[in-house]
Amino acid sequence: MNRGKTRQSPPAPAPQVRLSGLWRVLSLPMLIFLSLPILALFLRISPANLVENLRQPDVLQAIGLSLGTTLISTLIIILAGTPLAYSHSRGQFRFNRLVDTLIDLPLVLPPAVAGVALLMAFGRRGILGGVLADLGLNIAFTPIAVIIVQVFVAAPFYIKSATLGFSNIDLELEQSAALDGASSPQIFRFLTIPLSWSALLGGSVMSWARALGEFGATIIFAGNFPGRTQTMPLAIYIGFELDLDIALTLSVILILFSFTALFIAKYILNREWMSS
Amino acid sequence: MSVPLRCLKLLIILVVLLGTACGDISDANSVKNPRKQQLTIYAAASLAEAFTHLGEVFESTQPDVEVVISFAGSQQIAQQLSQGAPGDLFASANEKQMNNVISSGRVKSGAHQEFIHNQLILILPGDNPGQINEFGDITGSDLQLILADEAVPAGAYSLQMLERAGQQPGFDEQFKSKVLENVVSYEENVRAVLTKIILGEADAGIVYVSDAAGTQELDIQMIPIPDAINITASYYIAPIIDSPNGQLAQDFISLVLSPPGQDILNEYGFVKLGQHE
Repeated sequence: MNRGKTRQSPPAPAPQVRLSGLWRVLSLPMLIFLSLPILALFLRISPANLVENLRQPDVLQAIGLSLGTTLISTLIIILAGTPLAYSHSRGQFRFNRLVDTLIDLPLVLPPAVAGVALLMAFGRRGILGGVLADLGLNIAFTPIAVIIVQVFVAAPFYIKSATLGFSNIDLELEQSAALDGASSPQIFRFLTIPLSWSALLGGSVMSWARALGEFGATIIFAGNFPGRTQTMPLAIYIGFELDLDIALTLSVILILFSFTALFIAKYILNREWMSS
Repeated sequence: MSVPLRCLKLLIILVVLLGTACGDISDANSVKNPRKQQLTIYAAASLAEAFTHLGEVFESTQPDVEVVISFAGSQQIAQQLSQGAPGDLFASANEKQMNNVISSGRVKSGAHQEFIHNQLILILPGDNPGQINEFGDITGSDLQLILADEAVPAGAYSLQMLERAGQQPGFDEQFKSKVLENVVSYEENVRAVLTKIILGEADAGIVYVSDAAGTQELDIQMIPIPDAINITASYYIAPIIDSPNGQLAQDFISLVLSPPGQDILNEYGFVKLGQHE
């Protein structure tokens, strides 16, 4: 099987080339620059203070809301993004390049633009507002609005990664499986997914982390209400002006979540690479 | 040449290029305004239109001066100034944020003065989807209200006003908690409340009279808040302690306090000092 070709995220285990020490020295400034602010954040708040702030209802609500909404939005992204990524990777669209650009667009849009655009689409007076109201769906200022924002801004990470994963699978494999009588869902379930799962997992984690950090579009489209739409980034922003300790506590927690998720994903991907 | 050396050379070239590019930018700026002195003002978001107008008037009386104004929530500006942002003047929408800057040492204690008043008003989308006809109606069931967050002066004033209503005859004692039950969002800036009402996203919102005053052509309705419960927001202005343009800063304050300056502020919905609200 052409397994090596199916993954791109994990770097090949270091081919033992000895770099001169100068390279490592030159890497230091950027490494220090990237880690110093994170370190400063952790140094600024004492563990006792952190635990004490964790008891505040607003802090707990923000953490719970963030975890709940990002879990749902990541699931939606996987469910609705996988067919798009698969069709896209098999060149099923007539205007493939246009589709590709559309998928990329949310990545480069300023969050404020995403927020205003979503308001124009799903707001009470937006183009879908009337239809949604007729269905009895009230989206504005509810956790549903938070999830919509997260799906919009975070989906491209998963779709791009999944597309790449799918397109790295040898087409002949799928064709020969079909010749052997495997049905299309069977091929997808037993061939395509196993062969691309590292790309799918990597993309899901990136999407989840992006959704967790979403701020600008959320405050514009979903508003700010503790327990309903005030996710961790919003509570950090408001906390920065009301109570710095809360902002620091939530920032530390958010970094821990994101770091752990990214680290575990890399670990799993790397181990899987080694074993193949 | 070895690879690292070549990279190092590339890096040096990049740094030099970057340096010249930056040099060019600052040169371009000084060419644009050869001798103009800059007066840098930090002002509350609610002052945006009025202070832009005052800045133009000031520039017309002092041709060598360019007025640069940065508008943001007072609490944001207070944070920036406390962290050392350079500037000449601070105009705050409440005394609390002014005091925060005083305690950070960027404004001399006692140097700040009240310069204008503002009040709150209830605004509704033009078609009044919540069928609100008077201020007391905002406790109605199934209404969606938006307030500014309590971190923002307008939000703190709104809460004060609701608290006061509960103690007034004609209002329910539970008025405040009933109103807060209808709140669907606490916006991080008072202008966001206005925009969302203009967009019809909620049934009503509370903003400054001055915010609503600029929107006459837009499709919103306004309902006054009874004088007995309305608050008077006092705005404060002060020179920054290490301002390099101390005299100019004083001149601008004088303009703001002068009768023509007060008239300009009044045009934008503010209540003049001494004029009873």
